Amino acid sequence: MNVATADTAADGPRGRKPRRMLSRRNIILYGTLFVVAVYYLLPLYVMVVTSLKGMPEIRLGHIFAPPVEITFQPWVKAWAQACTGLNCDGLSRGFWNSVRITVPSVLLSIAIASVNGYALANWRFKGAEVFFTILIVGAFIPYQVMLYPIVIILREMGLYGTLTGLVLVHSIFGMPILTLLFRNYFTALPEELFKAARVDGAGFWGIYLRIMLPMSLPVFVVAVIIQITGIWNDFLFGVVYTKPDLYPMTVQLNNIVNSVQGVKEYNVNMAATLLTGLVPLLVYFVSGKLFVRGIAAGAVKG
Amino acid sequence: MRSQSERPNPLFRNLNAKIASIPMVLTALVVFVGGTAWTVLYSFTNSKLLPRWKFVGLDQYERLWSTPRWLVSIENLFIYGALSLIFSFVIGFLLAAMLDRKIRFEDTFRTIFLYPFALSFIVTGLVWQWLLNPDFGVQHVVRLLGWESFTFNPLYDRQLVIYGILIAALWQGTGLIMCLMLAGLRSIDEDIWKAARVDGIPVWKTYLFIVIPMLRPVFVTTLVIIASAIVKVYDLVVAQTGGGPGHASEVPAKYVYDYMFLGQNLGQGFAASTMMLLSVVIVIVPWAYLEFGRRGRR
Repeated sequence: MNVATADTAADGPRGRKPRRMLSRRNIILYGTLFVVAVYYLLPLYVMVVTSLKGMPEIRLGHIFAPPVEITFQPWVKAWAQACTGLNCDGLSRGFWNSVRITVPSVLLSIAIASVNGYALANWRFKGAEVFFTILIVGAFIPYQVMLYPIVIILREMGLYGTLTGLVLVHSIFGMPILTLLFRNYFTALPEELFKAARVDGAGFWGIYLRIMLPMSLPVFVVAVIIQITGIWNDFLFGVVYTKPDLYPMTVQLNNIVNSVQGVKEYNVNMAATLLTGLVPLLVYFVSGKLFVRGIAAGAVKG
Repeated sequence: MRSQSERPNPLFRNLNAKIASIPMVLTALVVFVGGTAWTVLYSFTNSKLLPRWKFVGLDQYERLWSTPRWLVSIENLFIYGALSLIFSFVIGFLLAAMLDRKIRFEDTFRTIFLYPFALSFIVTGLVWQWLLNPDFGVQHVVRLLGWESFTFNPLYDRQLVIYGILIAALWQGTGLIMCLMLAGLRSIDEDIWKAARVDGIPVWKTYLFIVIPMLRPVFVTTLVIIASAIVKVYDLVVAQTGGGPGHASEVPAKYVYDYMFLGQNLGQGFAASTMMLLSVVIVIVPWAYLEFGRRGRR
């Protein structure tokens, strides 16, 4: 009687309930929801509209006015020419950096966490729970406390200021939530499955690769969604553990928009902001209900 | 689960699982425990550009609590924290309750309310910086409508700037709270609603006296999530105001970063981050105590 039934109730036909669409209750309810929805959509609308105007039009009009003359120049400029410091090759640099950070981080963190969750669910050894508890409690420690020690560790490894170092950091901080996610999923699978495979002589890796992996596609998708949006949107780790040439998109975006030099080009700024938001928005709108499931997984502790 | 017939060295028993857990063990011990202990220890030193093991007792903390910028940061954190807690609870719950009234287009509304949560705080901060821009944004639009003396310029007003940040934070975060609350509401048995209707209890009373008390565990989880997010607030401020005007919108996390990586005053950064840790501990420990205490009794 929770998520599953709720879903069927939302999807399935809902006859049997005679209703008057225009009752006072409905007008208030839908009216409120509509107004709130407009409020939530307004910033997105303003971003799009502003990014399609020329600067003279922005100066004369106001932010909510739709563009009279649509121009894609701001988008081109944001992508390929906007300046941060001495680099004037636009956000494309940050975009590709973010891709080079996000892809390996997502793969590595999920690989580590899934094997880890599997070990915790099916191959408990003495002390495993202790480390797991530390891991979960650690998820609540403010990152600021661990920032500098990690700088030292990365410097000792010769990885400070490199993308590899940042990938490592993302894998570390993705571990608590992902391990929890995978542990709970594997624990919920029927134990007979695992036992049968054991009887047939399969070992730790054999069971993981041949039985657990094929059965856990949904949870992997949820994990990918959590990680792509989380890592793409990260700012703090990017700014601490990389150097200007390697800054991820969020850091570069902030540097472009909040730079004090030059005339403010609001249309370019909004185009850049939209470009940066595009990847997580795409993930969000494509994944739909799975995104919500990811949130629920992150929120509900096991 | 494992065979007990032969008795090899217990260290090698279940070896593959142990190998698979090495990253977790290293993260837990080296980064989480070790890193935290290291920072706390070095907050008692006078490290400047590089960490130096020269014990100076509580000097850094005395300095910290007599630095105006830190005091402003703490004050902001309290205002921002209290208000975002209250508002995200109220708004999140109201939205969830409305979506739970068996409405049409529920998925559409939920998608709209939740999309800001997918965005980076940097994106959110920059959009709201633009929306609240006094020369082009909301203030300008209302003045164009004929209300010439209208002033709504939070980002350039020392007294109001933290509320400007709050507006942006609520826009981004309430969708998440709504989702958590909605999941909670959906877990309530339909029969309770039927019984309340049969007894003729009005809907708002059912919510207030029956449903909300039943949602206590959901509220507690939500509280912990919001509270630990509040302490971490950083990117949003950097993007939206940069801590300005002056130091009016500084927050502790920004203080830590600036002193560690820009101000070359590591000791201050360590002390400030230790204070952040302390504030989280104050929130988490009672909750963990309740959680694990309950579990222990079972």
